[in-house]
Amino acid sequence: MSFAWRMAAFAAAALAGTSVAQAQTTLKAVMHSDVKILDPIWTTAYIVRNHGYMIYDTLFALDEKGEVKPQMVDTYTESPDKLTYTFKLRDGLLWHDEKPVTAEDCVASIKRWSARDPLGQKVMSFVDTISASDDKTFTIKLKSPTGLLLFALGKPSSNVPFMMPKRVAETDPNTQISDFTGSGPFKFKQDEWKPGDKIVYVKFDKYKPRSEPASGLAGGKVVKLDRVEWLAISDHQQAANALLGGEIDYYEQPPHDLIPLLKSDKSIKLVDYNPLGLQYTLRPNHLLPPFNNPKIRQAMFYALNQKDFLDATIGNPDYYKVCKAIFVCGTALATEKGMENLLESNFKRSQELLKEAGYDGTPVVLLHSTDLQVLTNLAPVAKQLLEKGGFKVDMQSSDWQTVVSRRTRKDPVDKGGWNLMLTSWVSADILNPVMTGFINASCDKAAFGWPCDAEMEKLRDDFARETDPAKQKEIVEKVQLRQREVVTHIHLGQYYVPIGTRGNISGILTAAAPVFWNIEKK
Amino acid sequence: MLGYILRRLLATIPVLLIVAVLVFLMLRLTPGDPAAVIAGDNATSEQIAMIRSRLGLDQPILTQFLIWSGNLLSGNFGESFFFKKTVAELIVGRLEPTVSLALTTIVIAVLVAVPLGVLAAYKHGTWIDRVVMGFSVLGFSVPVFVIGYALIYVFAITLNWLPIQGYQSISGGFRGFLQRLILPSLTLSVIYIALIARMTRASVLEVLGEDYIRTARAKGQVERKILFRHALKNAAVPIVTVIGIGVALLIGGVVVTESVFSIPGLGRLTVDAVLARDYPTIQAVILLFSVVYIAINLCVDLAYTLFDPRIRY
Repeated sequence: MSFAWRMAAFAAAALAGTSVAQAQTTLKAVMHSDVKILDPIWTTAYIVRNHGYMIYDTLFALDEKGEVKPQMVDTYTESPDKLTYTFKLRDGLLWHDEKPVTAEDCVASIKRWSARDPLGQKVMSFVDTISASDDKTFTIKLKSPTGLLLFALGKPSSNVPFMMPKRVAETDPNTQISDFTGSGPFKFKQDEWKPGDKIVYVKFDKYKPRSEPASGLAGGKVVKLDRVEWLAISDHQQAANALLGGEIDYYEQPPHDLIPLLKSDKSIKLVDYNPLGLQYTLRPNHLLPPFNNPKIRQAMFYALNQKDFLDATIGNPDYYKVCKAIFVCGTALATEKGMENLLESNFKRSQELLKEAGYDGTPVVLLHSTDLQVLTNLAPVAKQLLEKGGFKVDMQSSDWQTVVSRRTRKDPVDKGGWNLMLTSWVSADILNPVMTGFINASCDKAAFGWPCDAEMEKLRDDFARETDPAKQKEIVEKVQLRQREVVTHIHLGQYYVPIGTRGNISGILTAAAPVFWNIEKK
Repeated sequence: MLGYILRRLLATIPVLLIVAVLVFLMLRLTPGDPAAVIAGDNATSEQIAMIRSRLGLDQPILTQFLIWSGNLLSGNFGESFFFKKTVAELIVGRLEPTVSLALTTIVIAVLVAVPLGVLAAYKHGTWIDRVVMGFSVLGFSVPVFVIGYALIYVFAITLNWLPIQGYQSISGGFRGFLQRLILPSLTLSVIYIALIARMTRASVLEVLGEDYIRTARAKGQVERKILFRHALKNAAVPIVTVIGIGVALLIGGVVVTESVFSIPGLGRLTVDAVLARDYPTIQAVILLFSVVYIAINLCVDLAYTLFDPRIRY
């Protein structure tokens, strides 16, 4: 055989087949984003929250029904006056460096989390002291009762109160951590982390799951995979191709226009893991005219309707829900109180309100993000509906990060400011008036848009103090009635994004965040 | 020659300085605030201001520039705003995929385009010429990502010969490395092939009309030798120039191709950094691309002496 032929044969052999040898229990996943930051307390990015669930554990967690259950905590007691809570940690909890988890670690972690998280800040305003009494026990003493403490410690979404070793948790809350030792069911392989390429987790063999079956984010975190790789594939079509071709096992957020392609392949499963989904939202800037006038904000409530937004962005009614409840349909606090006759595109009423408010026809600047598919079609729909309702709209297009930067500016619109912007929230972040960032109406201390309403703030405080669920719901109804007047933001419907997996993947849990314990690859 | 190289190297200093100033200013003057991106949805103005201060973005632009350029002179590109890594670490980690992709692309392009161009010139006016030129026009006209998706559909999805996406380091095995590099390199080489083939055809066609070619034929020289030894060598200067200029196309193409094929190279790093407004990373990557471009142009100029002994520096 000549040299040339031998070379050709070698090349053919090298190129034959594309399968790469891999362990049976390696799961390759494409998440909604690459992991760039590794501190889930420092940022609210959902991908970092998901990373947090891989390597950290929580004191409490929400189960599939949305009930708060102990997770790292073994037992806890509540004093009759509801002012003292004592928590005892489970036996056998270890950090990834195999040192035991102590109560002091948890105290430091709670303090760091509460410095960053709005719900944490609210809860800490009720806390008198928080201290460890021995290696496994810590106590939280309150100044006055609150129904939020346990819920906050089991908060399911960003920022999740993840527990970290004391030496890590003592890092300034405004500085990123650089030690990624957790006590969760997976260990982070820092040596294999290549930002922009992949992040790798391996099973933590010494993790001791709870004995109860897994339910939501609670119960036994039993790991059935040896290794999980999150691959950074930024192109959705390529991620879908990779799933169809068997190069990946799990695709967290396929866009809705690719779902029919995935559905048509029998080797692919679509799993609706998050029954609460996400919620679209329109945020007005309360500082600038014309939306510093409540009547003009109210006009938007009449001009808009949810279905048009959902049809334009999601399209398939199987994956969206028209829902007038601000704190998400399908939850204990869901109510339509106060929302009667709103969000029905009553253009005539909108025009009447604008006339009564003396709207002078100055165009309102609507920020339109063009590079996030799930948001791109929202602004054109808003523009059309608002114009029918009597507004003049100047829709300004840019990439999402420009919108993110611009929305923080309080300047007039001719100096780079804004009037309206659209975004979406994971429903798990907006389950009640205290944790919902956009309901916060504390003026300068509120998120961008800066609504300012003392009565709304009083209602939020009332909710935080209330411990009776029935009375909490009554407060939520009052919040929604007040929202009709104040219009901190406008909710534009719920939508759902299923996970796409290969047919041999099972055990995906119904939860507020995608987690990888309980998942099996056969 | 050495003096010429030194003069050229010295001339790169003002070029790099201008690039540095322009990139720095453009980033600061375009909309976007890394602090707001980092802070997230629930952030208050106070928290954003705190992050801005920690990143040094609250300093006057001139101060920021002086700090950055001072660090640069001491070889410090700074730390990424987002990754808990230095920019130098990030770039080094991304070099191999991009260099592999670029080199493979250039090799494929030259190996395919030069013979095609010579053939088109030799068969001037025939159907072969028209096919080659037709392909050339197509190569220019079709966007890189469309070519990428078409190749993926045919070779990865339909025929299942090659992987759909991803990159494997050469240290992880040559077979996997090659398998994952073929489609992106082919994708990226199409526009390059089109460019080089057109220039080769025009250049060789011009040389084929020269007297010394007629003389070579009259002396009974075989056509293959006439084409490749006499015609191509004398037509090489413009072809090498185009290969050098084409590196700019390659840099643009790398950004798109790496995104389509999920290759963790400098192109994707650039896109990610731009989207996240990661100023230190963007500045360093653009400076690096500028250095590469200047170096390649210098190499092209030096290569002229190999093809044309009349050229002296």
